[in-house]
Amino acid sequence: MGEKLLMKGNEVIAEAAIRAGCRHYFGYPITPQTELMHYMAKKMPKVGGVFLQAESEVSAINMVYGAASTGKRVLTSSSSPGISLKQEGISYASGAQLPAVIVNIMRGGPGLGGIQPSQSDYFQATKGGGHGDYHMIVLAPSSVQELYELTVDAFNLADKYRILTMILGDGILGQMMEVVNFRDEEKIETYDKSWAANGHKNEREHNTITSIHIDPAVLEQWNIGYQKKYQLITESEQRYELYNCDDAEIILVAYGSVARICKGAIKEAAAQGIKLGLIRPITLWPFPVKGIEKIIDIPKAFLTVEMSSGQMLEDVRLAVDGRKPVYFTGRMGGMIPTVKNIMDKVMEIKERHS
Amino acid sequence: MAVVFRPPHALCDVPMHYCPGCTHGIAHRLVAEAIDELGIEGSTVGVSPVGCAYNNYLYFNCDMVQAAHGRAPAVATGIKRSLPDHAVFTYQGDGDLAAIGTAEIVHAAARGENITVIFINNTIYGMTSGQMAPTTLLGQVTTTTPLGRDPKVNGYPIRVCEMLATLQGPVYIERVSLHDIKHIRKAKEAVKKAFKVQLAGKGFSLVEILSTCPTNWGLTPIEALKRIENEMIPHYPLGVFAGADLEV
Repeated sequence: MGEKLLMKGNEVIAEAAIRAGCRHYFGYPITPQTELMHYMAKKMPKVGGVFLQAESEVSAINMVYGAASTGKRVLTSSSSPGISLKQEGISYASGAQLPAVIVNIMRGGPGLGGIQPSQSDYFQATKGGGHGDYHMIVLAPSSVQELYELTVDAFNLADKYRILTMILGDGILGQMMEVVNFRDEEKIETYDKSWAANGHKNEREHNTITSIHIDPAVLEQWNIGYQKKYQLITESEQRYELYNCDDAEIILVAYGSVARICKGAIKEAAAQGIKLGLIRPITLWPFPVKGIEKIIDIPKAFLTVEMSSGQMLEDVRLAVDGRKPVYFTGRMGGMIPTVKNIMDKVMEIKERHS
Repeated sequence: MAVVFRPPHALCDVPMHYCPGCTHGIAHRLVAEAIDELGIEGSTVGVSPVGCAYNNYLYFNCDMVQAAHGRAPAVATGIKRSLPDHAVFTYQGDGDLAAIGTAEIVHAAARGENITVIFINNTIYGMTSGQMAPTTLLGQVTTTTPLGRDPKVNGYPIRVCEMLATLQGPVYIERVSLHDIKHIRKAKEAVKKAFKVQLAGKGFSLVEILSTCPTNWGLTPIEALKRIENEMIPHYPLGVFAGADLEV
């Protein structure tokens, strides 16, 4: 049996990264993810790692770019406004096909917004917040235990595909304390890194890490290569949880901490004799179209619940493809949907389909 | 037969894309000669900028990483912190280093990051066709200062060496020029010293190299070299700004 500890979400991400073999962290303070930095500042020197507080988010992501270029496992973390600043580096690292893990503990926006939890960076994370045709793998944990497990997975996925992987959490997950069961030992998967710029030691040709290809025909070929990789990931890496979906009248679609509130609504509905189910995307990119496909015939309607104006909603509608009605309810600006919010919408939908 | 002259091994045997009379080629050669003479090609990682030298990763024979505009010192920091026993250098122009990358260079210097920065100052943006740089001299005509740089509108040219020398982090800062053979030899010594400072683990080193841009200056190569001597050096005096007594 591994260690069983009561820990805060942000700290668990940091601990998980270290257990996954990450020894390089570059970041800049911002609420509500800062405990992750504090943990790294204390722990990295003890494990012979590097913790560096950068002068800006822009510099932090470029330090990540440099460390990832040498083939090291590297992490940065921030929250919404800081992630906006990182978009330049995210696009460049995607073009240069560098593996790294980026944590976004989302807060309400736009602009400086607020510091309370939100899911309003879904578009930015999944559709490419920076310029160019690129994707990151986006993982959406829903508990502190899952913050641990998905952080370890994030490093393996990043190395496997030479891609950026984002942990997309929210202020609730970052700040909450829960019990985590750590495994005795992590399975650190090792992948070929012969592409790394880590000194050729007079043993090979020089390696170059770059995202620029001035000849458009060449750049198109690179893009075709990226798209093939994204296609492969889309086919192989979709993850989701199905909960209570058998013969559900309405299936809720929610990720992260909102999925937990939905489970509360499912319980409440059952007490009233209403059968609700839940599909919880764990990968937001690739979106779990396969999960939607599996349950498409079951409900009368889908109800997407988010802490945003309805961003994942678009992907749900694309996956459902007009075969069932898709409704939405959500809160914005750091407000959290309640079981009552969800139940009110459920009643409205039931009425419409009775 | 004794070999008396050969290209440095640290430069790839490929054609360069620089304009006739541009001194980037000389600056590249000086860096490559330093790498050769110190025997560090296999343990060096360079960082390419945005600007005319954007693809010098094709020219240097060591491992190279291409960075976003101005971010080279941050990228180099990430590399150096990952490979502390390797030599890490950036090669940046004046738009890259002194405008969009001001934060990155100032903080890499302030941290005393143990990297070497090769800073090319030709008082203009070359690649994007001759716009005003932070180093553009007062009165200098560029495509964005068609009537000449006016301090009331555009402020004053930045002296990077002098500014960074106010910080405690940098160990060695020198400004050199490529306008004649004598100064090229001095520049060579400075570049080599900057790498030696890094290899000795002493900390941040920067060499500013006054360079030409005949194309965007609208001058012949020879006139361009004269402009360095007659117009640039009076504003950008040559010399050591940090580490004058440094022995390496």
